[in-house]
Amino acid sequence: MYSFEPNEEQQMLIDVVSKYAENDLRTSSNENEENKELPKKLINKGWELGLLQASIPESYGGFGERNAVTNVLALEEMAYGDLAGTLAVLTPSLFATPILLAGSEEQKQNYLPKIISGEWSPYTAALIELSFDFDPNALKTIAEIVSDKIKLNGAKAFVPYAKEAQAILVYANLNGITQGFIVPKDSVGLSISEEREKLMGLNALPMYRVELHDVMIPLSNRLGGASGHDFELILASLRLGSASAALGVAKSSFEYAKNYAKEREAFGVKIAQKQAVAFMLAEMRTEIEAMRLLTWEAAWKMDNHKEDVCVAAYLAHTGAADMAMMVTDRGVQIYGGHGYIRENPVELLMRNGRGFAMLLGLAIV
Amino acid sequence: MTIEFEAPKPIVNQQVMLKTVAENMMRPISREFDENEHEIPWSYVEFMHMAMKAAGGGGGLTVMEEKTSPPAPLLEGEGSQKRPPIGYQKLATQIEMLAWGDVGMYLITPGGGLGAAAVAAAGTPEQKEKFLTRFNSDIPTYAAMCMTEPGAGSDTSAIRTRAVLDDKTNEWVINGEKIFVTGGDKSFTHYEKLGKGFIVVWASIDPSAGRAGMRAFVVESGTAGVKINKLEKKMGIRVSDTAAISLVDVRVPFENMLGSATVEKNNTGFRGAMATFDATRPLVAASGLGVARAALEFLKEKLEENGVKIRYGLPRQKLSNVEREVIDMEIMLKSAWLMTLKAVWMADNKKSNALESSMSKVKAGDVTTKITQKAVEILGPIGYTREFLLEKWMRDAKITDIYEGTGQINRLVVARQILGYSGSELR
Ligand SMILES: Cc1cc2nc3c(=O)[nH]c(=O)nc-3n(C[C@H](O)[C@H](O)[C@H](O)COP(=O)(O)OP(=O)(O)OC[C@H]3O[C@@H](n4cnc5c(N)ncnc54)[C@H](O)[C@@H]3O)c2cc1C
Ligand SMILES: Cc1cc2nc3c(=O)[nH]c(=O)nc-3n(C[C@H](O)[C@H](O)[C@H](O)COP(=O)(O)OP(=O)(O)OC[C@H]3O[C@@H](n4cnc5c(N)ncnc54)[C@H](O)[C@@H]3O)c2cc1C
Repeated sequence: MYSFEPNEEQQMLIDVVSKYAENDLRTSSNENEENKELPKKLINKGWELGLLQASIPESYGGFGERNAVTNVLALEEMAYGDLAGTLAVLTPSLFATPILLAGSEEQKQNYLPKIISGEWSPYTAALIELSFDFDPNALKTIAEIVSDKIKLNGAKAFVPYAKEAQAILVYANLNGITQGFIVPKDSVGLSISEEREKLMGLNALPMYRVELHDVMIPLSNRLGGASGHDFELILASLRLGSASAALGVAKSSFEYAKNYAKEREAFGVKIAQKQAVAFMLAEMRTEIEAMRLLTWEAAWKMDNHKEDVCVAAYLAHTGAADMAMMVTDRGVQIYGGHGYIRENPVELLMRNGRGFAMLLGLAIV
Repeated sequence: MTIEFEAPKPIVNQQVMLKTVAENMMRPISREFDENEHEIPWSYVEFMHMAMKAAGGGGGLTVMEEKTSPPAPLLEGEGSQKRPPIGYQKLATQIEMLAWGDVGMYLITPGGGLGAAAVAAAGTPEQKEKFLTRFNSDIPTYAAMCMTEPGAGSDTSAIRTRAVLDDKTNEWVINGEKIFVTGGDKSFTHYEKLGKGFIVVWASIDPSAGRAGMRAFVVESGTAGVKINKLEKKMGIRVSDTAAISLVDVRVPFENMLGSATVEKNNTGFRGAMATFDATRPLVAASGLGVARAALEFLKEKLEENGVKIRYGLPRQKLSNVEREVIDMEIMLKSAWLMTLKAVWMADNKKSNALESSMSKVKAGDVTTKITQKAVEILGPIGYTREFLLEKWMRDAKITDIYEGTGQINRLVVARQILGYSGSELR
């Protein structure tokens, strides 16, 4: 059957997340960006909504089963409030979800209950590398098996909360394929930059460079255990994470622009009454809907183990990244000169909107 | 409710059958009827009529069974299992597949088309009974809708065709000029092999009342005073007849007017037309997307023959330009199709879908033209030669962004919906 409406449970979740996004994230988004800081209280409040916890089965201390569609819905809703805050709240998922998807039983037992039982605690992941043709399937960080250990060498960028993290899931190239490796803090050879990343947007989220010089970890720290795992589904999940966040950011810019256009007057009418503005809004709304449905479908394919889920997630992410740029650009355009001024939220939304094409690995469903 | 993308079984089965039709009955004669405009591919027409009758549908490609039968229950019982209705979803997927075969030929699939849709949307139960049952008969039968005039296209409120009631005979007397009537010829002209059709003519019964004065009238085939002046020669969809029709003192019985004769402020007449469009816009979107899919598949096939494989999953920086284009086209096509599905799913579930309908048409108009035009460009001479159908599909595709509300008009509808504006606040 085709069907396009969240079920009751999902709707309840959306409503809860929406309150947090509207009341807590949206109202503090700009201030956090300017202060380059996310209050722990804000993060904890988001954490308490239990998005990750609800994805983890009871046997590992959680209270549900992971459902990609549900996570897509929740992520869009939260990112509508603020991108940096959302990525912070969900940073532990970057570590926990791949373990849930591909980890060995031992890894699940070891980490999942610990991560989700208490307060938000930073476990993170490192995928991005600082090169123009960054390709998650052709990483330049290298893993080698050296007798009963794994040796890691390379450099990672944009790693959220790396400094405080208890452990980092580092993705590296092992004989041509991408594999995840659990690197505990204080590992010898692991160095984390003193300075935070300085990016076009997302300045409230603390991100760091991570370098690995002959870091040695036991074989059992390879995601999935000694024999490793399939990276494809994790990558698809990351793509859907990025796509969902893009939807939220775009929707936020669209809503601001729509409301502004109904208020702002020029030449004796509301600017929304001018087709040049109204048509931009119509196209923004249409494109958001288009990419939303593409993302939903890919997530549904993931939940239903469809063969082409990886291509579907790739298309959804590619399309949503483009869409987010287009929509957030127009958000600024509709605000005119005021859109260029940082006190207006559409300004930050455009800087954040550019990020989805390259920020693969910062959100996961 | 839930979020689900599994095609229902009846739709899957239907698509297998229709693909055979598209491949065997449509594609092989596509070129012939593109080059011989205004000839009728009887093999297709008669086959489709038979096939649809055999399938138990009758009435061609409409969801009439659901609309004419007494208040359709929301759930169709089937054994003990209750299933939500999927009539519009079936229709949209049928149309997409037939358009993938040949969109012009899809347009001449026998049945009530837009004319019947108007009756279904604005007619009384008696009128539906009287005018719609004919599509079930043994020979193919057509109906058409005449809204557009030389001086009134997008602005339907500007139509000048008049209908005046002759009190003595209780007949409406209609005068005016209509253009661009899809299927106008097959609906009105007498053909040996066709049943008696009709055209639905929009006219004003009270020009001072504007849209509130607009009504639709069923004019039966053969009615005196109606003249088909010409059949247009077009860029594409050449196998579909597009008629210019004049009406001089045309008399129809009082009961042939759809809806109520009293002119009230509440715009019932115009709302009838709009209700038709809400229902048909996603169907037009589906017809365009069928063409776009044909073009994209052809493009990928030709590229593959030439050793170009699309490397899904690579970062964009590593893709060739052609790969990027194809991937973008796929994103456009798939997302537009999902929007169309959502719009018809809403119609099936009796949810108001004016916004989704128009969004699907905006998107489909955009992507259908872009995909076909790009495909021709990418394939160069292979795209431009009439040796292949791709160039034809590009010509066929353009109409998607024009009829049933141009891209601009649908953007207006979308914008009004999201802004909460009336027609006078945003025109
Ligand atoms: C960094 C910066 C430097 C500047 N420097 C100067 C300066 O030195 N001196 C100075 O005088 N000004 C300056 N400006 C102001 C600038 O020229 C205005 O911001 C610009 O003219 C737009 O006006 P607005 O911001 O009021 O937008 P608005 O006029 O409110 O426009 C809002 C939106 O509505 C659209 N719109 C407006 N009217 C119509 C219409 N009729 N039809 C269709 N769409 C319409 C606009 O295109 C825009 O998208 C500066 C602005 C900035 C951001
Ligand atoms: C092959 C074919 C089949 C057709 N079949 C039928 C049929 O069966 N029945 C029927 O009644 N009609 C039919 N039509 C007519 C079709 O619906 C109209 O052509 C269409 O609605 C546009 O009207 P128009 O051609 O008069 O263009 P216009 O309305 O004159 O539009 C010209 C341009 O102005 C733009 N425009 C108009 N108003 C606005 C506005 N308010 N804001 C911004 N832009 C605007 C339009 O988008 C367009 O780009 C058919 C047309 C064709 C070509």
